[in-house]
Amino acid sequence: MTKPEKDRVGHREFLSEAAVTAAAIAGHGAGSGAGAKQPQGDEHDHQTVPSDIALRVKALESVLIEKDMVDAAELDSVVDTYENRIGPRNGAQVVARAWVDPEYRARLLTSGTEAIAELGYGGAQGEHMVVVANESNVHNLVVCTLCSCYPWPTLGLPPVWYKSAGYRSRAVVDPRGVLREFGLALSDDVEIRVWDSTAEIRYLVLPERPAGTEGMTEAELAEIVTRDSMIGVTKVPATTGDGA
Amino acid sequence: MNGVHDMGGMHGMGPVEPEPNEPVFHEDWEGRVFALRLRTSRWMRGRDMGSHRFELERIAAAAYLRMSYYERWFSVLVDRLFRGDFVTAAELEAGTADPNEPLPPLLPASAGDQVSASRLDVDVTSRFRPDDWVRARNVHPQGHIRLPRYTRGKRGRVTRDHGVFALQDTGLDGLRLGDFPQHVYTVQFSARDLWGSQASARDSVFVDLWEDYLEPD
Repeated sequence: MTKPEKDRVGHREFLSEAAVTAAAIAGHGAGSGAGAKQPQGDEHDHQTVPSDIALRVKALESVLIEKDMVDAAELDSVVDTYENRIGPRNGAQVVARAWVDPEYRARLLTSGTEAIAELGYGGAQGEHMVVVANESNVHNLVVCTLCSCYPWPTLGLPPVWYKSAGYRSRAVVDPRGVLREFGLALSDDVEIRVWDSTAEIRYLVLPERPAGTEGMTEAELAEIVTRDSMIGVTKVPATTGDGA
Repeated sequence: MNGVHDMGGMHGMGPVEPEPNEPVFHEDWEGRVFALRLRTSRWMRGRDMGSHRFELERIAAAAYLRMSYYERWFSVLVDRLFRGDFVTAAELEAGTADPNEPLPPLLPASAGDQVSASRLDVDVTSRFRPDDWVRARNVHPQGHIRLPRYTRGKRGRVTRDHGVFALQDTGLDGLRLGDFPQHVYTVQFSARDLWGSQASARDSVFVDLWEDYLEPD
C-alpha cells in the first residue's frame, strides 16, 4: 500500500494513490485488456501513468498503420493541429476584437458562433458557441461536470485541471472557493454565473478589459488575454501589475 | 447512469491544480491516442458501437478515478477495436498485424451510429419559453443521460432556447434511444435552490437541458 508520507501530493498522484487499492479490488480494468495495467506498476511513487502505456499505444498505432486503417502522417497532422494551430490564441483574438469593436462585441454576445466564425474559427466542439461577458458585478465560470466539454476552436484542448475531478466536482457547488484558489477573490456583491456544458453548446467567457490598456492595439490586447480568463477562473491582469 | 463521472457537487475529489505553461499533451502517447481516436472513427460506422461518452462512464468507478483522461480514451478505443474485430489482443501484445486476421470492411453509416451533435434543422414545437419556470425530472436511468444529478428534482428558470437537437441518451447497451428531436434550453438554477443556504444568494448555475428532462413548475 502506498503511504501518505508526502505533504503535498500532485493531483494525478492523489487520485492514483486513492484508487490503487480500489482498482485492484474492482478487477475490471476498464475496457477489458485495454489499458489494464498491472497493480505492481503502481507502486513506484513517482509514476503517474502505467509504465507500459506509451508502449501499448505505440503497439496499437503500429498495428493500425500496418492494416492501413490510419495513416501516420495524418496522425502527425492531428497532433500538430492541436499542439500548434488550435489553441487559446484564437480565443484571445476574439476577445481583443470585442474589446476594441463594440459592434463586434454585440454580435459576439448575441450570435457567438457566427461572430467567432468572422475571425475564421469554428468546427468540432465549437458548432454552437455562447459567449458570456464578465462585468464589474457579474463573473462567469465554465465547467463540464459530466465530462470535459470545452470550446476547441477558440481554446484548444482543455488543460488537465479542467478535466480533473476536483474542478468538475467543485466548480458548481463552491465556485467562490475554486476561484480563490486561482487567486481570484470576488466580493460578496459580485454575482457568479457557472455554466455547466451538459449539452452541445460550448461557452467562452469574455473577460473584462483591464485598466491601463487604453492605448493598446488590438494585436497587443490579444497578447494579454489568457486562456484561464476565457474559462473564467481568472481575470485578465491589469497591465500596471507584474502581469504574471 | 448515476456514475462517478457525474461529479457536480461531490466532495473529496482532490485539489484543483493548475500547471503553469502546461503542454497540450504531456506525453507523446497522449497525442497519439487523441489522433487515433479521431482517425479511427470512420471504421466504427454502422457497427452499433454505442456512445463513446457512455463507454467512458461505464469504466468502473475506481478505475475511472485512477486513470488519466487519455488513459480512459485509450481504454475505450482498444475496447472498440476489439469489439469490431479490427485488432486482436494478440496483435496488440505483439505490436504487429497478423496477416491471417481479416480486416472488417468500412461500412456505411447506420441508425445505430452516434449522430452528429449539431442542431437539427427540423421544426419541433417548443414546450417552454424563456422565463418559464421548470423542474428537472427526478429520474435515474442506467444508461447515458445529460441531466446532472445535482439538478434533478430542482426548480429553475428557462433563460434561452437553443433550438432542436437529437437526444443523446442511451440504454444500458450504450445505443442511443433514438433521435427524439427536441428543444434544448439553458435553465438557470439558483445556487441556493441547488445547495441550500450555504450558497451565495447571488450565484446560480446554468445548465443546458433537453426538453424531456424538464416538466413545468
